[in-house]
Amino acid sequence: MDYFFHILVVALVYTVFALSLNMELGYTGLYNFGHVAFFGIGAYASALFSLLGFPVFFSMMAGMITAGAAGALLAVPALRLSGDYFGIATLAFAEVVRLFFLNERWLTKGPMGLPGIPRPLGIPSGVSGLSVYLFLCVLVAAAVFLFTRRIARSPFGRALKVVREDEYVAQALGKNVLSLKVRIVAVGSLFAGLAGALYGHYITYISPSDFTLNETIIVLLCVVLGGRGTDWGPVLGAFLVLFFQEFIRFLPIPVDFGRVVAPLQGMVYGGVLILLMLRRPEGIVPEHRS
Amino acid sequence: MLKVEKITKRFGGLEAVQNVSLDLGNTPITGLVGPNGSGKTTLFHIITGFYRLDSGRVFFDEKEITGCPPHAISRLGLSRTFQHTRVLPFLTARENLLSAAPAQKGESLASLFFQPGAVRREEAQNRKKAEEILNIIRLSPLADELSGRLSFGQQKLLELGRVLMAEPKLILLDEPTAGINPALIRRLVAVLKDLTQQGIQIFFIEHNMPLVAELCDHVFVMDSGSLIFSGSPVDAIQDSGVIEAYLGKADHVA
Repeated sequence: MDYFFHILVVALVYTVFALSLNMELGYTGLYNFGHVAFFGIGAYASALFSLLGFPVFFSMMAGMITAGAAGALLAVPALRLSGDYFGIATLAFAEVVRLFFLNERWLTKGPMGLPGIPRPLGIPSGVSGLSVYLFLCVLVAAAVFLFTRRIARSPFGRALKVVREDEYVAQALGKNVLSLKVRIVAVGSLFAGLAGALYGHYITYISPSDFTLNETIIVLLCVVLGGRGTDWGPVLGAFLVLFFQEFIRFLPIPVDFGRVVAPLQGMVYGGVLILLMLRRPEGIVPEHRS
Repeated sequence: MLKVEKITKRFGGLEAVQNVSLDLGNTPITGLVGPNGSGKTTLFHIITGFYRLDSGRVFFDEKEITGCPPHAISRLGLSRTFQHTRVLPFLTARENLLSAAPAQKGESLASLFFQPGAVRREEAQNRKKAEEILNIIRLSPLADELSGRLSFGQQKLLELGRVLMAEPKLILLDEPTAGINPALIRRLVAVLKDLTQQGIQIFFIEHNMPLVAELCDHVFVMDSGSLIFSGSPVDAIQDSGVIEAYLGKADHVA
């Protein structure tokens, strides 16, 4: 049961993470390949504040805001690039952020990582606090779900879709394309930061190796598999991908082969992502009935 | 309303628009004609801010708009359509119209969460207006269809509907009747005439000369980047320069 709860917590963290990416990728058509950077910034900022003795809720808020601000800062120059170049800039940014975590030891303790991150509300670390933390994650994920749905169904969300469909038309209709994109990247980064903070305070230990390209690919897969630009797609995607990831632990692979097979995981995810893009770009929950 | 002064636009060595000056004054409907490649669409792109000009100035509604970004120009009340129809394919016809409503409060994140009432009221108003426009352009039965699935003519009308939704002072239409059937053309003409009744000025590029003669009070003719004629449509088709631009020099024929 505890193990099941643990998977649920991680799936909910990824639900928040995927919902935040969906705002950029799904609604606005921005291929952010460095979304993990904001997940990491949120996790580190929140962890550092709480380790300094600030209340955990305050730290998580601070983590969110730091990630959101970093998103806005990256967005202003990066969004002047179009399409693929934006994707490359974000990919590079994520790598820069990871190297920052790895090398700025005075702040992040480098590859040692940050141990002993407290949980909020005095929830004990380890298994005993699991069900309460799960409940907290359900609440947060539900709130983020409602928030992103509110945005998606609003005139603001509609303007984002106009930008996604045709930037020239958006301009002709009086939409400030750059401003819309910067705002949604800031909001997306804010919630990626929240997901990161939830993750850090749950695991209670983070290190730079938690925030690699692999995590970016997993969250991309959650969004694309579930269905870009939909309310439920990212939620469904996050649960499917995370449960699949746990399921393959039980595959009867001989111990000696483990070393060989494990790295295949990333290849499998990448392969699935490519296949989806080619065969079913709309994912499991399509944005429009065909 | 719209005035351009000595506009020049070069693409490499090619002068796509050379030293063009024109003033729409208060003319309700003005036409812009000329052979293919004479710089008409380029001129529209310059006026609406999509192209940067190399020299010259543009004035709209007494304000200089030279070098302003397209969205800012649009917000001043100058709307346009595109030569190659650009609907938003994965938005429904209704959403296409709603997205064109001007100055929406609901496009600000702060209003969305702190003034939800005002946003809802505004949206309800816009929906009502979209309904009326759907009726005018005869797309009410297809309101919730993805616009990418509409026929070409319907997409043209939808694009015009989007312009109506924006409550502009002046609209620039780039070949509004190209490729649509005669029945829809009549529908379009009726809509355009109705617009001028409401005091909206129209400036449009068109190849259909009988239609230009029917609708326009004034016409400008361009040829290889220069303005070669300004006057009434009737005089335009008798002007030797205009005939030459379309058919070549008379002595070649002899």
